[in-house]
Amino acid sequence: MYDFDWSSIPGALPILATGALITLKITATAIVVGILWGTLLAVARMSGRPWLAWPAAAYVNLFRSVPLVMVILWFYLIVPQLLRRGLDIPASYDIRMASGLVAFALFESAYYSEIIRAGIQSVSRGQVSAALALGMTGGQAMRLVVLPQAFRNMVPLLLTQAIILFQDTSLVYVIGLADFFGAAYKVGDRDGRLVELLLFAGFLYFLACFGASVLVRRLQRRVAA
Amino acid sequence: MNYHWNWGVFLSRTPSGESTYLGWLLQGLWWTVALSLAAWALALLLGTIFGVLRTVPGRWLPGLGAAYVELFRNVPLLVQLFSWYFVMPELLPRAWGDAIKQLDPMLQQFLAAWVCLGTFTAARVAEQVRAGIGSLPRGQRAASLALGLTLPQAYRHVLLPMSFRIIVPPLTSEFLNVFKNSAVASTIGLIELSRQSQQLVDYTAQPYEAFIAVTVLYLLVNVVVMAGMRWVESRARVPGYIGSK
Repeated sequence: MYDFDWSSIPGALPILATGALITLKITATAIVVGILWGTLLAVARMSGRPWLAWPAAAYVNLFRSVPLVMVILWFYLIVPQLLRRGLDIPASYDIRMASGLVAFALFESAYYSEIIRAGIQSVSRGQVSAALALGMTGGQAMRLVVLPQAFRNMVPLLLTQAIILFQDTSLVYVIGLADFFGAAYKVGDRDGRLVELLLFAGFLYFLACFGASVLVRRLQRRVAA
Repeated sequence: MNYHWNWGVFLSRTPSGESTYLGWLLQGLWWTVALSLAAWALALLLGTIFGVLRTVPGRWLPGLGAAYVELFRNVPLLVQLFSWYFVMPELLPRAWGDAIKQLDPMLQQFLAAWVCLGTFTAARVAEQVRAGIGSLPRGQRAASLALGLTLPQAYRHVLLPMSFRIIVPPLTSEFLNVFKNSAVASTIGLIELSRQSQQLVDYTAQPYEAFIAVTVLYLLVNVVVMAGMRWVESRARVPGYIGSK
């Protein structure tokens, strides 16, 4: 039987905390950008103007058909080289964090956009008609009447997506960025205690995500009531 | 911009000489498809079992089903994969662990990724199966039991066939997710499609062609799976439901 030795964890806590901070930073950025950019994409897609709707649909479908790992690699290996030619970024500049942030923000926008689109569709058509009859422009009706109601209905789904996103940030491992998971792996590898560190990381992820999903479910019941 | 596009690079021989770079790409695609299909089969099996458990009467069995779903949904896929690959062989009885470690490395990676993707996706399938069974009118279960079917018979002949036909659309998106999630297997060294993109960059120094080709192959897989599932959906539609015309 395996002999567990948890002694390398207490000393590793500061490294793990630094990693957790990176995890939270990426998660928070992707949520904020994802919801903003996702809303624009959803509205563009439903605008009825082909030159807006078509590129938005293409964007969303493209990002939703490609694995997140590939997207992260695109924004680490390919896009920066393109920009480097154009923007004259010094080759020594560490782009991993920027790559991770951009990849997650753009990728999650596609998923958020679908949630928001469904939310907008859940608002009854009469609301738009009434707003237009009151003399609002289409943009005003969207901003002041439709979106506030849509977001109210969507909150549980947006939060559930945030939990998924929080878990997915561990994939920045593929570009060697030490988020919480990456830090745990590094320490485990260094001390030859991979088993303990992986179980510890998994346990903490479970606590955080399970706790959050219980809260979301409670909120969902209240919104539905 | 002075990049030299060279799509012909895919036809040139790899250093070992036994294949072309296109051959590598197709090999990666093969592993991605094989892994995903195998994982999907496992996910359907386990997902049905745990989804059914959540709907049977009593306390313990539904609790077991719920525990499974919560455990596999609240730990990141990458952590699960590393646990199957690095942790599991250590925790098994020593003889088993040693037997696993003596397997061909590629087979070890494939097994870990298969079990990981299968059990991970099963939690999502279980949720859909539960929702499908829950969406059936209560009378179907009662009528089956009143006709003298045992509970397992009622599930096998009435409840499951009906709910599977209803949940084809959400299962389609889970099926697509398996292919996308299979890219995570590259982290333990399985040279599937996404890993080939990096390998091609290293070998050919033609990063744009390599990445575009791999991305297009993923899109292609997506289109094929969606077309296939649309066909299944049209065949499985239950007459009289809103989704059926």
